Amino acid sequence: MNTLTIAARELRSLFLSPLAWSILGVVQLLLGFMFLTQVEYFQMIQPRIAAMPDSPGVTDIIVTPLYGNAAVILLLVSPLLTMRLVSEERRNRTLSLLFSAPVSMTEIILGKFLAAFFFMAIVTAMITFMPLSLLAGTSLDLGKLTACVIALLLLLGAFSAIGLYMSTLATQPVVAAISTFGVLLLLWIIDWSGTIGTGSGEALEYLSMLRHFESLLKGMVTSTDLIYFLLVTVTFIVLSIRRLDYDRLQK
Amino acid sequence: MLIEAEQLYRFYGNHCAVENLSLSLDKGEILGFLGPNGAGKTTTMQMLCGNLAPSAGQIRIHSIDLLENPKQAKRHLGYLPETPPLYRELTVNEYLSYCGQLHGLKGKSLAQALEGAKERCGLQAVCNRLIGNLSKGYQQRVGIAQAILHSPDVVVLDEPTVGLDPNQIREIRKLIQELGQEHAVLLSSHILPEVQALCSRVMIIHQGKVALNESTDTLEQHVRASSLILETRWPVELECLTHLDGVQSIKQISEIRHRYRIFHDKETNPAEKIASIVVAKRWGLLELTPVRQSIEQIFVEITQQGKETAEAEA
Repeated sequence: MNTLTIAARELRSLFLSPLAWSILGVVQLLLGFMFLTQVEYFQMIQPRIAAMPDSPGVTDIIVTPLYGNAAVILLLVSPLLTMRLVSEERRNRTLSLLFSAPVSMTEIILGKFLAAFFFMAIVTAMITFMPLSLLAGTSLDLGKLTACVIALLLLLGAFSAIGLYMSTLATQPVVAAISTFGVLLLLWIIDWSGTIGTGSGEALEYLSMLRHFESLLKGMVTSTDLIYFLLVTVTFIVLSIRRLDYDRLQK
Repeated sequence: MLIEAEQLYRFYGNHCAVENLSLSLDKGEILGFLGPNGAGKTTTMQMLCGNLAPSAGQIRIHSIDLLENPKQAKRHLGYLPETPPLYRELTVNEYLSYCGQLHGLKGKSLAQALEGAKERCGLQAVCNRLIGNLSKGYQQRVGIAQAILHSPDVVVLDEPTVGLDPNQIREIRKLIQELGQEHAVLLSSHILPEVQALCSRVMIIHQGKVALNESTDTLEQHVRASSLILETRWPVELECLTHLDGVQSIKQISEIRHRYRIFHDKETNPAEKIASIVVAKRWGLLELTPVRQSIEQIFVEITQQGKETAEAEA
């Protein structure tokens, strides 16, 4: 109950500032452009691939790249969204309102996380309207589309949790944004190291968000990938709770 | 007892901000917290409100342990920190209903609490305005409204009258006095007369320790006048006054003017007799005032004492 109250306040404040609207607008514009170029490309190559056996369909050529691009854009954008969650409250000294109310640390953090995640879900829904509009003229592989939506939601959940944790660490929102961006990008490219194939390479490969995200995008919803994302999300939420409690213990 | 704190300690690294502080507060009491900057007032208040965990000690609010059952204990708490915790982008109504919801109020009881708090703090006129656009005084009032919204048993106010104009200060003081009738109020202040006027008990904190914990009435007796200032146009023959009942000694303060300080017993006040003698002898009475030692002097004495001993030790 308290969690939802906090989440609702957070969302309201988010939509009262121009930040949320500009993020929604810019992301939609960029992805809309990418979506249209992909549609154009498909129309161009359609006659050529029609003859091929086992050729990729509309979903593979238009939908999967769309979600892949969305992930990269949101990797850049989500730090801006999550940076203020806790650090701004700390800066404006409004945290004491939550600390002296009958609300637990867990409820505070979960409320903040839900607010960020709900916003991410809105972004995902807006993106999903684009491939769904294709249903007017053609048929889509809805299973693959669902896998893509799940992949993006899981990824954004992890982004939100990491951003939230960075925000609990920082006193200044900008610092939170930069460090979130650093962590996200590192986790994205961590499998670039040249040790692929060896033991440490495998570990790095497992850590890479891109790997797990891509395998989900291909339509393979495996428990390994689901567990990876849930694990990242839960870990960073727990870390955030601990870090916020640390504020109370030591200053 | 609504608040009971026992042997609170708080360390920041090696620095001890609060040392062995105990206090208890009952319904209908207003406790004033006094102390120089950095004495540990805010730290103590933060600990009492669960914003800061004490390094050692126990806190019970409404006989619920704050450290073991923070959620239950905090239901009985209203806290206004030094900087009011306001969301500038919300309107007063939105903000207060959010605070109410955090305290588990809904529907009708929420609406009632909102009306009550707005009326008490005089916020009806601004209830649809953005908090960020309000003046400092109104923001402070919103902060107080937030603290008393859920009618908590214990209200903790950290410097509630800072930054307000004299009229607003008077209103807020009236409000605090009203609150003191039904709740236990703990307030900190730099303004000593304010504490003297408002509080039923005064606690002076110095370097994290309780230097004085006394009811305002007892304090009044302490500080009751034990000397008079006398000024006359013509020189006074001191012998005529020294033998009066209760007069201990007389000291001339000023060389140029005929100004004297008369020390007397606490029980007897010789002012009346002195006046009649001075008038009878035609010395030209210009001034006869009792010297009252204010809390301010006690405060200065206590806080300076510490400094001197510290310097002596060093």
